[in-house]
Amino acid sequence: MTNPTAERIKDIVASSDVVLFMKGVPAAPQCGFSAAVVQILSGLKVPFKGVDVLSDPQVREGIKSFSNWPTIPQLYVKGEFLGGADIVREMFQAGELTAVLSDKGIMTAAT
Amino acid sequence: MAMVGTEIERLIKQAFPDAQVIIVDLKGDGDHFGARVTSGAFLGKSRIQQHQMVYEALQGQMGGALHALALETAVPK
Repeated sequence: MTNPTAERIKDIVASSDVVLFMKGVPAAPQCGFSAAVVQILSGLKVPFKGVDVLSDPQVREGIKSFSNWPTIPQLYVKGEFLGGADIVREMFQAGELTAVLSDKGIMTAAT
Repeated sequence: MAMVGTEIERLIKQAFPDAQVIIVDLKGDGDHFGARVTSGAFLGKSRIQQHQMVYEALQGQMGGALHALALETAVPK
């Protein structure tokens, strides 16, 4: 099942090591859940690409079937769907997020 | 349109009869909920899979009538 939006989303996901589909832009998130993930990534000083779904209705709908995940934000690391706001926060609190990002060579392990 | 907490609980319990479900109306506005779901059905599943199972139980309401549900899933100890 190829459809143009899915192909476009695939390209976006592949365009950067860390991609966050969110509502609003990193400097001005339009939703508390998106803001929470931006805050965690910024706190870890992880460079990421923010994709504003509010400015792109096709991606906003398409991303939900792409990952079988009904909500925004969605975080992708090296092409892999990591989770939404709750999972990212749980992983961060458990130290797992730092571990995954280090494993994938995106951030150096905390010393 | 908002979805009431009791309806969220009912749908989750329908899909996971053994589940312990705690629903919190986070902002008191009937629109932003938190749910903690504990069920044996989550055993051996990844976090993403566990959340997907709950979203499935909500029958497409998530992201629609139900705007915000902070979800926490766990396996009974």
